[in-house]
Amino acid sequence: MRMSVYIIRRLLLLIPVLIGVSILVFSLIQIGGDPEAAYITERMTEPQIHAIEAKYHFDEPAYIQYWYWLGGIVQGDWGISKSQREQPVTTIIAERFPATFELTMVSIIIAFFAGIALGTVSAVKKDKPTDHATRIMALSGVCLPIFILALILQYTFYYSLQLFPSGGRYEIGTYLDSGGFTTYTGFYLIDTAISGNWIMFQDVAWHLVLPAVTLSFGTLAIITRIMRSSMLEVLSQDYIRTARSKGLPEKAVINKHARKNALIPTTTVVGLAFGGLLTGAVLTETIFYWPGLGKWSTDAIVALDQASIMGFVLLTAVIYVLANLVVDLMYAFLDPRVRLG
Amino acid sequence: MSGQISISRKALAPRIRELRYSLYLMRKSILALVGLAMVLFVIIIAVAAPWLAPPSNPREPMTIPKDFAQPKPPGAEGHIMGTGTYGSDIYYGVVWGARTSIYVALFVVLVAAIVGIVLGAIAGYYGGLIDELLMRITDVFLSLPGLILAMAIVAILPRSPDPMISLGNIMLALTLVWWPPYARLIRGQVLSVRENVYVEAAKAVGATRSRILFRHIVPNSLAPMLVQITMDIGVVVLVAAGLSFIGFGVPPGSAEWGRMVSDGHNYFIGTVVYNGVQYNPWWIWVFPGIFIFIFVMGFNLLGDGLRDIMDPRLRR
Repeated sequence: MRMSVYIIRRLLLLIPVLIGVSILVFSLIQIGGDPEAAYITERMTEPQIHAIEAKYHFDEPAYIQYWYWLGGIVQGDWGISKSQREQPVTTIIAERFPATFELTMVSIIIAFFAGIALGTVSAVKKDKPTDHATRIMALSGVCLPIFILALILQYTFYYSLQLFPSGGRYEIGTYLDSGGFTTYTGFYLIDTAISGNWIMFQDVAWHLVLPAVTLSFGTLAIITRIMRSSMLEVLSQDYIRTARSKGLPEKAVINKHARKNALIPTTTVVGLAFGGLLTGAVLTETIFYWPGLGKWSTDAIVALDQASIMGFVLLTAVIYVLANLVVDLMYAFLDPRVRLG
Repeated sequence: MSGQISISRKALAPRIRELRYSLYLMRKSILALVGLAMVLFVIIIAVAAPWLAPPSNPREPMTIPKDFAQPKPPGAEGHIMGTGTYGSDIYYGVVWGARTSIYVALFVVLVAAIVGIVLGAIAGYYGGLIDELLMRITDVFLSLPGLILAMAIVAILPRSPDPMISLGNIMLALTLVWWPPYARLIRGQVLSVRENVYVEAAKAVGATRSRILFRHIVPNSLAPMLVQITMDIGVVVLVAAGLSFIGFGVPPGSAEWGRMVSDGHNYFIGTVVYNGVQYNPWWIWVFPGIFIFIFVMGFNLLGDGLRDIMDPRLRR
């Protein structure tokens, strides 16, 4: 099968899943009992409320309501977020998405490179103390709840050692003193760099360290595990023996011959780990007061803000499904055997 | 009569031999033993909770006894692990929290497993429209991370100050999230097991379809489920604690580990004064945190060990 055909087929397979997800979220809203609440605020007048009831056909059966609800979703009308100054849900998502995206990307980068390095070392030094230490770390990464890890890091590096800040994206005092920066992209690392405000760049980076390490730990553990086992498998292959018997230095065998092939299964895991990162972002952002989507969702839970909760769930599903698609395509690109199936 | 007994004994002999061999393999695996020890440790605490920490009100053991004072450090006034929110005894919470965790985990995993086995087996065996429909439904469930779907489900359930009801909400949400992977696992197993010769033989003797499915195919499809269930018991506790931590679930001062850690987070930066000495109340979150870790790690190691033991390739 050609790559383009494969891509089209995978895209078509997305449609039933996304329709299913929308039905699931709609059912949850219906079971929740008050579908109107997502669109109405306390300050609205009687005619405004009637207009909304007419627009979404709340007096008609559920399957007709679904149709109008879906129409609203597709056109970007996701209801009003009561916990966020009664702004539309989509506005809040646009506002907060960069914060979560920046945190998640930095975490993925940390987890990916550290995980590959640790997994490689662990496989090369199999059954040596380095290997045992790495495996224990990987195991605790799976078993230690992310919020407890966050508390341990906060206690050690903020409370005891005073090395890193406790939360937030930057220090407001530093922001004012250094003259601030313009928000172009919402990714503060990039924004501060464009503005040329290096004091703020450092401050922003400093604020990223603890949340990013917290969020990356679980993924790091998974990547390390997979990298170790696929590295062990590759190292037992014939072509590695050939490379060694040709007299290649061990470093070249590991870096050029073994690691490249061991990376293929590891790449898929990054996609699967994305779900873990989204879940982890909810907990990490709550603890580090990170003003992203995860913190928004927990604030919404406390404030019984249904439109925001459902909006968050819908958005998560779309991101998760798309991330898996990207990984599938990447996998097909790296390993031609997948396309043939 | 005696002949019958000796026959059934003879039939049992190879099974007993297999079991003995499994136990022998288990004894050889240090990590699995460590996991088993951790699991037993938590189970013993949970079973012995009424003796280890007698509740002041036996009808509401989930509510930790409180003295409504500031948190006290470990060792103060007979509180060996100190006190937390509203002066609740941490030791009591940790002990009864073991029971809570086991309740939640066993309920969620077992109910989800039963639902998953029945639906997955039917889909795999009968195929056709039922299979297609079920697979599309699981697709939808699996396109959302578990904690986030559970969040959405708990969000629409009525809230209550009663810890038992809010715990029930968490269990219901987690069960709804947990069955689809089981259904898929069993379906895959059934698809391969149903090709075996003994299924053909059962068909030839005239056994009914449901008998073939639930007496011949399903029992032979369960081995990978057992490993998955063992590992999931730990994961369920992890996710339940996460839900509790972000504000769903039981009210403050209840014997639930996730909630207790969350209570500790509220005191995180502050200091408390006891007998003229200042403390940062680390004990509120550290002790329940350690227990969550032991619980999850124990089931994880045990599951890993079971997988190695049951894997026929590693077995001989």
